[in-house]
Amino acid sequence: MTARIGVVTFPGSLDDRDAARAARIAGAEVVPLWHDDPDLHGVDGVVLPGGFSYGDYLRCGAIARFAPVMETIAAGARDGLPVLGICNGFQILCEAHLLPGALTRNQHLHFRNRDQVLRIESAGTAWTNAFQPGQEILIPVKNGEGCYVADGRTLDELEATGRVVARYLGGNPNGSLRDIAGISNEAGNVVGLMPHPEHAVEALTGPSLDGLGFFTSILKHLAGAPA
Amino acid sequence: MIERSEVMGQPEPALADHPSASDPTTAPGPTVDPVGQPAPAESPVPGQAVPVGVADELPVNGYPGGVDTVSNAGATPGDLQPYAELGLRDDEYDRIRQILGRRPTQSELAMYSIMWSEHCSYKSSKVHLRQFSEKAPPSDRMLAGIGENAGVIQISEQLAVTFKVESHNHPSFVEPHQGAATGVGGIVRDILAMGARPVAVMDPLRFGAADHPDTARVLPGVVAGIGTYGNSLGLPNIGGEVVFDSCYQGNPLVNALCLGVLPVQRLQNKAAAGAGNVVVLLGAKTGRDGIGGVSVLASATFDDGSEQRRPSVQVGDPFMEKLLIEACLELYDAGLVVGIQDLGGAGLTCALTETAAAAGTGMRVWLERVPLREASMQPHEILASESQERMLLIVSPEKLDAVLRIAEKWGVPASAIGEVTPATPAADGTTAEPGRLLVTWQGHTVVDVPPGSLVDDGPVYARPMREPADLILLQADRAETLPRPATAEALRETLLRMIASPNLCDKTWVTEQYDRYVLGNTVLAQPEDAGIIRIDEQSGLGVAISVDGNGRYTRLDPYNGAKLALAEAYRNVAVTGAKPVAVTDCLNFGSPEDPGVMWQFAEAVRGLADGCAELGIPVTGGNVSFYNQTGAAAIHPTPVVGVLGVLDDVAQRVPMGFARTTGNDHDLIFLLGETRLELSGSEWAWVTHQHLGGVPPRVDLAAERTLAELIAEAARVGHLRSAHDLSDGGLAQALVESSLRHGVGARIALPEGFTAGSMPFVFLFSESAGRAMVAVPRGHEKAFTALCAERGVPWTLIGVTDTAGNELEIRDQFTIGLSELRTVHGATLPSLFGDGAGAPLADAAPSGFETGDAAVAPTATEQDGTPPAATPTGTDQRAAADQGGSDQSGADQDGAAPTGSDQATSASAAGADEPAGSSTGPATAAGPATTRADDTTTTAADTAAGTDAAPIDGASVATGPGQDQDAARTGDGERPTA
Repeated sequence: MTARIGVVTFPGSLDDRDAARAARIAGAEVVPLWHDDPDLHGVDGVVLPGGFSYGDYLRCGAIARFAPVMETIAAGARDGLPVLGICNGFQILCEAHLLPGALTRNQHLHFRNRDQVLRIESAGTAWTNAFQPGQEILIPVKNGEGCYVADGRTLDELEATGRVVARYLGGNPNGSLRDIAGISNEAGNVVGLMPHPEHAVEALTGPSLDGLGFFTSILKHLAGAPA
Repeated sequence: MIERSEVMGQPEPALADHPSASDPTTAPGPTVDPVGQPAPAESPVPGQAVPVGVADELPVNGYPGGVDTVSNAGATPGDLQPYAELGLRDDEYDRIRQILGRRPTQSELAMYSIMWSEHCSYKSSKVHLRQFSEKAPPSDRMLAGIGENAGVIQISEQLAVTFKVESHNHPSFVEPHQGAATGVGGIVRDILAMGARPVAVMDPLRFGAADHPDTARVLPGVVAGIGTYGNSLGLPNIGGEVVFDSCYQGNPLVNALCLGVLPVQRLQNKAAAGAGNVVVLLGAKTGRDGIGGVSVLASATFDDGSEQRRPSVQVGDPFMEKLLIEACLELYDAGLVVGIQDLGGAGLTCALTETAAAAGTGMRVWLERVPLREASMQPHEILASESQERMLLIVSPEKLDAVLRIAEKWGVPASAIGEVTPATPAADGTTAEPGRLLVTWQGHTVVDVPPGSLVDDGPVYARPMREPADLILLQADRAETLPRPATAEALRETLLRMIASPNLCDKTWVTEQYDRYVLGNTVLAQPEDAGIIRIDEQSGLGVAISVDGNGRYTRLDPYNGAKLALAEAYRNVAVTGAKPVAVTDCLNFGSPEDPGVMWQFAEAVRGLADGCAELGIPVTGGNVSFYNQTGAAAIHPTPVVGVLGVLDDVAQRVPMGFARTTGNDHDLIFLLGETRLELSGSEWAWVTHQHLGGVPPRVDLAAERTLAELIAEAARVGHLRSAHDLSDGGLAQALVESSLRHGVGARIALPEGFTAGSMPFVFLFSESAGRAMVAVPRGHEKAFTALCAERGVPWTLIGVTDTAGNELEIRDQFTIGLSELRTVHGATLPSLFGDGAGAPLADAAPSGFETGDAAVAPTATEQDGTPPAATPTGTDQRAAADQGGSDQSGADQDGAAPTGSDQATSASAAGADEPAGSSTGPATAAGPATTRADDTTTTAADTAAGTDAAPIDGASVATGPGQDQDAARTGDGERPTA
């Protein structure tokens, strides 16, 4: 049976259609989820897409965290539901305390869009198992508030437990501490990633096809492959 | 064609006295308020309630009940009114009194003053703009044209696209961030009003001198404003221009283009048809922002008082606009909309009168039903407000509930504010006359006008025109007589200086602040010649757009300068393989009251209209921006032209960068078109001599058309690996840009006639129009050159690409490593505006898109062992990482240094002296799949030799008579610099 991947649309979500396209290209059945509807419609995994949910007023992701759909997603995530938060989705996951730390304004204070090399540090999550540990990939990064911060102890713990999922290589685009581009929760089912794998899934429109790995990973994970 | 003066972006402290819809506590919640706040009809509204800033521009009223009503106006015909302060002339005011049969009320006066301003009425430009329709070539693609919110072009049986470019110049000087942001917001709503989903934006920008302190204020604000608004809407920014010239110091040009897509049957119109239909205001609440923006701000030149006008610039809320887009699209798809118009310049006034006038109907509006940010707003303020993110909908009464439900779903306030009334029966009872617009406020009738009198019956002026007195002298001062570099060393220095100059340098600092990926259909974006958006994911159908202008050329010759702008945009679209089909324009000029400016305008419009007729593509819409001047000094006349082209399959698009080839393979570089000694108005003359004079390059639109057809055909059959337009900075700039795109160098030999004296310089820096540089894979050259001959396009084989070399070599002149080129090209903007945002990638990795195709994969690296000089972030290894195991990179590394054979090949290719096959042998193995059997043994040398020995056609070699003639004629004035 085809895996059902839900893509949430908040007011102000922008990359929801791109995330859906990427999941579809990877072979998933895509189920649109609506911010105001707590029903997850039986999906096997969820993508929180990029954008500016609720205008990102107050603080990025701070309002989205309280959306009805997030209550169900947060509960599900604690029970092992795979959730990938991309960019604004990562911010929402942090605001929802499903991931530690926070995303703050880029150190240089500008929005920045470039093609970025990452090193996959952990292939042990539900969303990265199709990669090799240490694999270097090229996907777009584009954000104004993507500077990952956390206290030293949290960072040490993330490193020690293999929860740094991806790191920026060849230049840190936003000032993230320890060049962190993505992290996971302890169980590895919840992953937050600042760069945009959904924009690197087609030869014609992306800098590479490297982003597809995140979406094939979840299918592999759901098919029962060891994460 | 009304320029919308809208605003987006985050509220800023300076503007905080205006409550904004961006307040999170008010934004998401739907406000369905068909009743409005009740207020006693007699409620006194003291004059001091009128806020500072508005009081300066609109009369403080002292009318009974606090509001000037129609009956009051009838009773007090002699009241003095401040029409002159509102920009109306005596005769215009008399005409209003004549139309109404009485003096206008305060609200009516505000409405006429706005709608009859230059900005809204096009009163000075109308008589000229008619040529766009009169001379328009027939087009069976155009579903909507001039006069609509934007032109609509059908691109397939089911699909159409709409696009338009507009200006937001003046607000962007006063408040760069909000001014630029709302420029994006305004054009996006125009596109939305046609029934389209906006899918991309582009921004042609012009600033004062790059190193002027005020440019450091204006540019970062403008770029951030565009980024904030466009990025928040989820619209990829796919191209534009960044131009510096001191003539724009006090008048930066911030133009914005938007592209939208719609199913043909979803096309909307603005007519308020059907008496009894409901008028719904959808979107943000109405506030005091932007009051007077149109009639005062946009029609005034700047002086020291502009600080005081800050409150006139609107403040935007991109989040509300995003919701508005989604809500409108859902309304269209549900078939709930009879008519729709965006609110931009002139706010409600414009929307109410235009929708009613378009249908010939009348309208009854209860102004107190308009949701306000400030309850104390007066009727004329509500009517004039340019608050952003609002649309006016005409819906049938039985569908009102469904409309309000969809608005609520998206959290967009919606209010029924009025209804459509029937046309007035004529006196004889037979034919109907247009209805009237009747506006009441708290029981008082404040407006009773024929809507068409504001929209269509505004003044029209045939203003005096006179060729500027200095033009003859200016044209006589030709740049062809300037000292030119004539030694290899001087040429090398010139190239490095040119590619670092503000207009030619790498614009990554700017474009990095824009999202170019969102929506996932961006096939090409800046710095490519044109942006390409995939429209249909199944078929690959897509469109290409480019916007171009050259104020220096237009200053020297407005007629031909406008044609040159058109030619460049047309060519930029054509080199991607697309077929150009439609034009939009933004005409930026000084004061129309200056006869010299008016002459420039008339000439430019005539040139553009003639040019479009010659190219067979119509103008579908656009915008005029006058009064771009500070004191008596006008900007260069600057028509900015956008051309849209169609690609049946975007997979066939041709990118601009030289492609990485495997092993020792090389692509052959051809120059198409004729290179003449044409330096007047050039970037070189400006950069090295601060010179502007002479006449701009010759423009031959028939040749442009032929070139476009050739490239489209060659792209279709796979002859082209890359193609790049030649314009500012000439061939040298094109070579550098194509080399740096993917880190693939080139070896170039100067063709006959360009080898001696300063002719190498002319070959590299002349800005002759009608030229493009293409790279042709081996095996295709015979077929390609045969195609050129068949079409009559002059071609010259000038060299080969060199994947392994990592340098640009101009044979017998100089060689410059790509890392040096990249450093020099990329350092300018970061050094001017700060390293933070724009430090270019420190290696050869492309910043763009041409990476999926294995042949052009982003595997460029500095693997030649020469470390890039002082790269900002020192990340060479990051480039290596880009390889991702690609086999091409392996091959490159293995054969890192250029081999003797490589060099021999290049030399022979360009110099054409070597016998076939002597250096590299048959190209068979590496030839692309489409190589024809009979071409497989051809080498570069073969072709090159053939070129010189046996031209297929006398006209097909580049050294045509015109060129020799020019060279000879001007040779006497040449004074080598070195």
